[in-house]
Amino acid sequence: MMDTVLKVRGLAVDFKTDIGLTHALVDVGFDMPRGKVTAIVGESGSGKSVTANCIMRIIQPPGKIVGGTIDFAPESMDPFEIVSLGKRDPRLQELRGGLISMVFQEPMTALSPVYTVGNQVAEAILCHRKVGRQQAWKEAAEMLERVGIGDIDRRIRMYPFEFSGGMRQRVVIAMALVCHPEILICDEPTTALDVTVQAEILTLIKDLQNELGNSVLFITHDIGVVAQLADKVVVMYQGRVVEIGTVRQVLKDPMHPYTKGLLAAIPGLAPKGEPLATIASVVGDTDISRPYPLISLPDGRQVSMPREQIPGAII
Amino acid sequence: MRSYLISRLLGMIPTLAVISVIVFVVIQLPPGDIVTSTLDRLQAQGVDATEEYVQNLRARYNLDKPLVLQYFYWAGNLLTGDMGYSHLYSRPVNELLWERLGYTLSITVSALMFMWIVALPLGIYSAIRQYSIGDYIMTSVALVGVATPPFLVALVFMHIGFEWFGVSTGGLFSPEYEDAPWSLGRVADLLAHIWLPMIIVGLGSAAFTMRILRANLLDELNKPYVVTARAKGVGPAKLILKYPVRIAINPFISTIGFVLPSLISGEAIVSLVMGLPTIGPLLLTALLNQDMFLAGSLLMWLAILTVVGILLSDILLAWLDPRIRYE
Ligand SMILES: Nc1ncnc2c1ncn2[C@@H]1O[C@H](COP(=O)(O)OP(=O)(O)O)[C@@H](O)[C@H]1O
Ligand SMILES: [Mg+2]
Repeated sequence: MMDTVLKVRGLAVDFKTDIGLTHALVDVGFDMPRGKVTAIVGESGSGKSVTANCIMRIIQPPGKIVGGTIDFAPESMDPFEIVSLGKRDPRLQELRGGLISMVFQEPMTALSPVYTVGNQVAEAILCHRKVGRQQAWKEAAEMLERVGIGDIDRRIRMYPFEFSGGMRQRVVIAMALVCHPEILICDEPTTALDVTVQAEILTLIKDLQNELGNSVLFITHDIGVVAQLADKVVVMYQGRVVEIGTVRQVLKDPMHPYTKGLLAAIPGLAPKGEPLATIASVVGDTDISRPYPLISLPDGRQVSMPREQIPGAII
Repeated sequence: MRSYLISRLLGMIPTLAVISVIVFVVIQLPPGDIVTSTLDRLQAQGVDATEEYVQNLRARYNLDKPLVLQYFYWAGNLLTGDMGYSHLYSRPVNELLWERLGYTLSITVSALMFMWIVALPLGIYSAIRQYSIGDYIMTSVALVGVATPPFLVALVFMHIGFEWFGVSTGGLFSPEYEDAPWSLGRVADLLAHIWLPMIIVGLGSAAFTMRILRANLLDELNKPYVVTARAKGVGPAKLILKYPVRIAINPFISTIGFVLPSLISGEAIVSLVMGLPTIGPLLLTALLNQDMFLAGSLLMWLAILTVVGILLSDILLAWLDPRIRYE
């Protein structure tokens, strides 16, 4: 029996805007194995960030969680369900930044310009533990060094705008890890960075995960990154999960037409000399914009498509 | 930072010098001078001044010297703190100003505090509860507050006070304390009177500040750095105050510098309407009566306080916002 740290079931989120009601998430469900890297892939607008924000409970109006459960089984305390936590439940504040923390896409704007880097990293500690300022700053400095920021005595008193994008993302990572969360959510942490810096940040996240042993939910639209980093893959499309499996299963032997299309659209993998594939909404016999329930297969993977179209489907 | 400060301070000198020339020219513009107006007054009293007396008077005010020299005498006196003589009040300008400075300061500063105490919480509430009933009510009240001239508000208050409650709300003292020496009772009387001008002077700017604060805050509320802070577990109240509010109020704190010139020119009409012994009406009467020494000194002070106020604003802004400080 696999040890599951986070279990998402039937998650549904609506956005009520002037244009109308958008179902951003419809019946999203997946498990995160403890101590492993789970990746969520999908095109822009498929609901990856909304899913992450639900786990942190930082969905802001006009968005609203309209259904589903997120069962969280931390090692340090009793399991609890996240969606039903009351606004004043102390576990909510503990969850954010303490048990689960998050690295965002935009390092240039993710830090307040008017406080020093040290202030903002130390604050994460002060929010969750009863320690003095000095101790918090000391631990902040240690974590900043650990994510690769040198000359720390000087840099810790600098402001975010004095840092490059890659350095800022390191600061955000330090801020996320400084309380030793059990889950680190990375929402496209390298999308806004230069290619060379991207690789450094990915290596950093992977190395720190090996050292600290936390679970990672890694959100990306880049299949290449998934192959490099993840143990398990969740493929999302239009607010739904279309396929779940191990990296090997999903990348080597994709089952859902959308996943196949996604892989065919990668420049490196497509045959040379041919135009890159685009993903149409109808692939083969399957209209992928139509929701089908997830079906579990004997090899552990899950896929959302008509049962008769699943190759070699048993049951 | 230090070299910036020094260069800014040095830069003030030519600015003020140019302004002083302009002010001096303005003083000289109307026909006649303090001597002719003194002679007029004497004549009206039936006294004929001797030629010698006139010469003495001219010599005393350096009016027998060329204009350029007169300017330097005037400017030199200003530099030593002597602002000349008001013939309208027949008293040195220094005395007139000192007497009114205390009241002016207390009304201006208390109005400023009133503005912040009202505008800060209401502006924040209005932004984080955007489109709530409370927000709509405050928006309506604020629009009326911004659109109504303060002297009108003053008149309305005074009318209501007089008609409904039978109290005279003008002035800073009750008649029995008007000319009394300072005592505990007089201080209490001052406090009992000052709240009304404080509200009237502060109301418009409070409404205005609240609206701008709301708009600034709405821009900041969903910025990524706020989301980051929320995701790291900062509690709701601290989150709002430490992150978006801190940035949204920057432009306001920097306007504190503008309070300085308003000590002289601010709300002159309200003070006139309410009979407040502040500096504002002094400037108005000086200009109306061509009391040119008084007017000139006040204009010069207005210029100095404006320049110093702007410098103060810039320093405050640099102190508040590291992005500016490090440029
Ligand atoms: N602030 C918002 N207002 C309205 N709709 C939103 C908002 N945020 C997200 N959505 C809806 O949720 C969908 C998924 O968004 P998101 O999770 O950000 O996508 P991504 O997979 O690119 O992270 C969007 O296509 C949009 O319809
Ligand atoms: Mg996203």
